[in-house]
Amino acid sequence: MPAKQTLIDAKGFARTVTRLAHEIIERNKGAETLGIVGIRTRGDLLARRIAHKISLMENLSVPIGSLDITLYRDDLRGKLNQPQLKTTDILYDIHDRNIILVDDVLFTGRTVRSALNALMDIGRPASIQLAVFVDRGHRQLPIKADFIGKNIPTSFTQQVQVMMSEIDGEDAVYLLDEGGNS
Amino acid sequence: MALHNRHLLGLQGMPKEDIQLILDTAVSFKEIINRPIKKVPTLQGKTIVNLFFESSTRTRTSFELAERRLSADVVTFTAATSSVSKGETLKDTARNIEAMKIDMVVIRHNAGGSAHFLSRIIGANVINAGDGQHEHPTQGLLDMYTLREKFGTLEGLHVCIVGDILHSRVARSNIYGLQTMGAKVSVCGPATLMPRGIEKLGVDVYFHLDDVLPKVDALNVLRIQLEREAGGYFPSLREFHRYFGVTKERLDKVGKPIAILHPGPINRDVELSADVADGPHSLILQQVENGVAVRMAVLYLLGTQN
Repeated sequence: MPAKQTLIDAKGFARTVTRLAHEIIERNKGAETLGIVGIRTRGDLLARRIAHKISLMENLSVPIGSLDITLYRDDLRGKLNQPQLKTTDILYDIHDRNIILVDDVLFTGRTVRSALNALMDIGRPASIQLAVFVDRGHRQLPIKADFIGKNIPTSFTQQVQVMMSEIDGEDAVYLLDEGGNS
Repeated sequence: MALHNRHLLGLQGMPKEDIQLILDTAVSFKEIINRPIKKVPTLQGKTIVNLFFESSTRTRTSFELAERRLSADVVTFTAATSSVSKGETLKDTARNIEAMKIDMVVIRHNAGGSAHFLSRIIGANVINAGDGQHEHPTQGLLDMYTLREKFGTLEGLHVCIVGDILHSRVARSNIYGLQTMGAKVSVCGPATLMPRGIEKLGVDVYFHLDDVLPKVDALNVLRIQLEREAGGYFPSLREFHRYFGVTKERLDKVGKPIAILHPGPINRDVELSADVADGPHSLILQQVENGVAVRMAVLYLLGTQN
């Protein structure tokens, strides 16, 4: 059993979502031009929570969509198991919108690279800003987040688990030592 | 999750979960082909060769579009332009093309078993795009996709295949695939165009269209190859139309909507009357659209396997 350390508990989780929502509104001077896109699966759930907060605070409904980046991955050939393909579901026109791209953990940056390419194939947003719940370092590409829930220094072999009540039964972030299975 | 086989040669014996995986994956690709930019980089760097020894417009175009939309490099050989017309054997053609370092081959050939043969002699993934009177698996899959999209499930659906069952690879792929997915399949056509022993595949056989119509949810109407008339399989096209043509009057008598599929190209007012082909229950153009999505799914699942 690998060591498991709680980094964010349920209360902290809710506060972090609220803070991210505030920062996004502040940076964009409102939410009129925003569109939120979450990377499946947990980024999508986080995107929904952030969008909900922003909608309440700004009293408008922020368009939201989810992005499946499977077809844009650079490791499709090396994977032992073929990842299951899900659908991209962005029902609004991202053209000229300020897109907030949401993911749970920022690690090597490869997922974000895939997501940027995927978004560009759908349209030409005015800007793309990156919001992540956890930045754990170890970038392999020149990618940086605009909004960060929590910076967590990790070793490369550790695992960061973001749990969300919608699918995991609780809101929390854990750090697992090497050998942990996610 | 991955397919159990590295080739797609036929639907006979293909596990249910593999068919399910292809159909589910195709849903994602249907979303992609309805985007303004209908292209994803998934098969970048892969080379796919389309070997079409038999003429085909729809299937070849559909495969080429699917391949290009996955960003693969594509080369197409057709019988007329290839060295086959100079007498080269399939084996030599295949070996030579393989020496050019290719990843996948899509083959259409007039001899049954040619795709199996190819899969044994070359290392690339082989996709059968129709081999003789044997199978046409991607057509079977796109028919199933279209039916599933329309009815929500294939389980318990009753589909009747109408027309020239004897020469039809589409019929065989449909029978195998639909039965695996829990649908009931019947066949209907003139006795001369009914293969002997077809009932051993577990299908009900009808020789009168009006007998089967009230029982079915969908008809898959096969193309009558016009040269069969000269072959003596039936007296005339008019007579065929009178007994086996799917017409509006026939369908109206049933009193319930029956979905109409056709693998194309249609002989209007032979196997299918024009008003039915263009009617509200026709799924024919959906089949064509879904064909690209289903082929993208197959190419993706085979091309990114280990």
